[in-house]
Amino acid sequence: MIEVSQIIPYIFLFAALYFQIFLLLTFFENREMIGKRVSRTSTHYPSVAVLVPCYNEEKTVAGTVESLFSLDYPKDKLHIVIIDDGSTDSTFEVMKTFEYHPQVTLLQKENGGKYTALNLGLSLTNTELVGCLDADSFVASNALIEIVKCFDDATIMAVMPAIKIWNPKTVLERMQKAEYDMGIFVRKMFGIMNTIQVTPGAFSLFRKRVFDELGGFKEAHNTEDMEIALRMQSNHYRIENAHMAHVYTVAPNTIRALYNQRIRWTYGFLKNVLDYRFMLFNKKYGHLGILTLPFAIASIIGAVYMAGFVVINFANYMLEKIVKFQTVGFQWDGIGVDWFFLNTQSLPILIIFTLVTTLLILVNGKKLSGGTMKPSRDILYFLLLYGLMAPMWLTKALYNSALSKKSSWK
Amino acid sequence: MNFDDYRKYIFVFIITSVIFFTAFAISNYSDKKRIQNIQSIEDKIALDLLSSETQFNLLKELSCKAIDNSVLSQELNSIAEKLTYAEENLGVTNPEVIRLKKYYSVLQVKDYLLMKQVDQKCKQKLIFILYFYSNKGDCADCKKEGYVLTDLREEYPELRVYSFDYNLDFPIIKTLQAVFKLKNTLPAIIIGLPATTGTAQAGDETHYGFKSREEIENLMPILVKLKAAREKAQNTATSTATTTQKKK
Repeated sequence: MIEVSQIIPYIFLFAALYFQIFLLLTFFENREMIGKRVSRTSTHYPSVAVLVPCYNEEKTVAGTVESLFSLDYPKDKLHIVIIDDGSTDSTFEVMKTFEYHPQVTLLQKENGGKYTALNLGLSLTNTELVGCLDADSFVASNALIEIVKCFDDATIMAVMPAIKIWNPKTVLERMQKAEYDMGIFVRKMFGIMNTIQVTPGAFSLFRKRVFDELGGFKEAHNTEDMEIALRMQSNHYRIENAHMAHVYTVAPNTIRALYNQRIRWTYGFLKNVLDYRFMLFNKKYGHLGILTLPFAIASIIGAVYMAGFVVINFANYMLEKIVKFQTVGFQWDGIGVDWFFLNTQSLPILIIFTLVTTLLILVNGKKLSGGTMKPSRDILYFLLLYGLMAPMWLTKALYNSALSKKSSWK
Repeated sequence: MNFDDYRKYIFVFIITSVIFFTAFAISNYSDKKRIQNIQSIEDKIALDLLSSETQFNLLKELSCKAIDNSVLSQELNSIAEKLTYAEENLGVTNPEVIRLKKYYSVLQVKDYLLMKQVDQKCKQKLIFILYFYSNKGDCADCKKEGYVLTDLREEYPELRVYSFDYNLDFPIIKTLQAVFKLKNTLPAIIIGLPATTGTAQAGDETHYGFKSREEIENLMPILVKLKAAREKAQNTATSTATTTQKKK
């Protein structure tokens, strides 16, 4: 008699494989279109305001603003609004070095959270397009023009860029680089499928009328960028991805910082999806309601379950080794050359298949982000470490969500 | 959502299902290969046994030197490891595994009986242990005892270990239980010492519960003596070879 606990890993693996194959099929269907360099169909340059909310960003804000100055875009059409959200360090002093720059407006307010800073900027803006740029991110010079290209299509209401890791050096940063490259692939496919569920603070641009019609940013469990995307999707506002628009962000360089960041993201995602639960399994919302949102939730639960499954199996294996050691002392089992003892149960074979499709997504993501398809150390670090680390923050985020225990955004 | 979207969902479902079935097919194929591998070893043992039996029947006409008793031990060890692995991975209730276990039990009993007769007639130093275990989850120490016996078997090639699943629904097992008046207190080991030692015979010493390596060595001091003799012989052979080389 087969037990339910034996079937569950297969269900999660089937879901993971299904989703990855769906993305890969979407990619192969649209490969030519993705690879083609599209030139602008309009000579009109819409006016753009970029909001830069800051909270204790004294080290990075200058670089962020300088990168905006270097954007390949008419200067009179680009306005930069830097908002200090009650920083306690010298962020405002750094901001003041741009005080007399004709493109820049400086604002200062009491600390109230990122969304309040963005809404203050929005209230003083009347451009055709509005974007936000986190003060720990830097834009490539072509980023804005690549994004504006997408707005030539009147149905597009927001565009998110391709986010890359700034100058990755350590193993942790390189692991995140592979993850972000994979994110570029996934987001591009989400763009094609019209299922983008987050407009990141790293240089997503919106038509100003989105906020006029739907209202400003909300607190949204410290993930206002997810909430606005879901609000737009629930109102059938189209969000596109500009994978040629590169934006660089500084990655957390300690496990603790990464852990906290990801708990915040996952917690925010879960809570926002709960707020927009009417979209789940609702075909009115297309692939987002039927596939991507349910899968995103299933992947969090699945990752936690599979990690538990692996930990229990590993613990049993170690326990057996300890008993053996206590009974007959240390014995080198040797590296078996007999194929007979090779584990060819269906579960490990399916895990290998899933890893192969993950690898396909990773290398295609790497190519899409401007690199080559050659496997790199980043991918190796990702494959070795991510599966060990992610379940920790996913578990904590699930736990926090169950108890509604909010995580801080800094 | 349009018709093409639904078609894509179904198409992806088919691809994913094909991948799943491929994994199951690979797994199934390798399981079959494993069973075939065990069967081929069993066939070899059966042939070896037949050969030994024939040799034994010819004993009246042949000298004891013609009897080769070293053939089976290694094969039995190999099949024991593979059966354990098959039990863990294919499942203890797998009909093919059960069939193999029954066949293996018969081979062991035949080998045991034959070697006992060889021991009595040819006065060979035959040392064996009959080990009864359970893998129904009611014998916490069986796994440990298995480690000890595997370890001893590797250390002392002279030792033959015959292991039997106490709960195997098979007449031979029931007969062994009756012959040795076994209680259902596992693990149980029956120590068999050479007839030449004039001490215990198989069945005389049944031990219940976990026995450590040291305890078994104490129960079978001949093992240690044989090992010492074997090592001494090996050292002599090595030093002779070295001296001969130097002379050259």
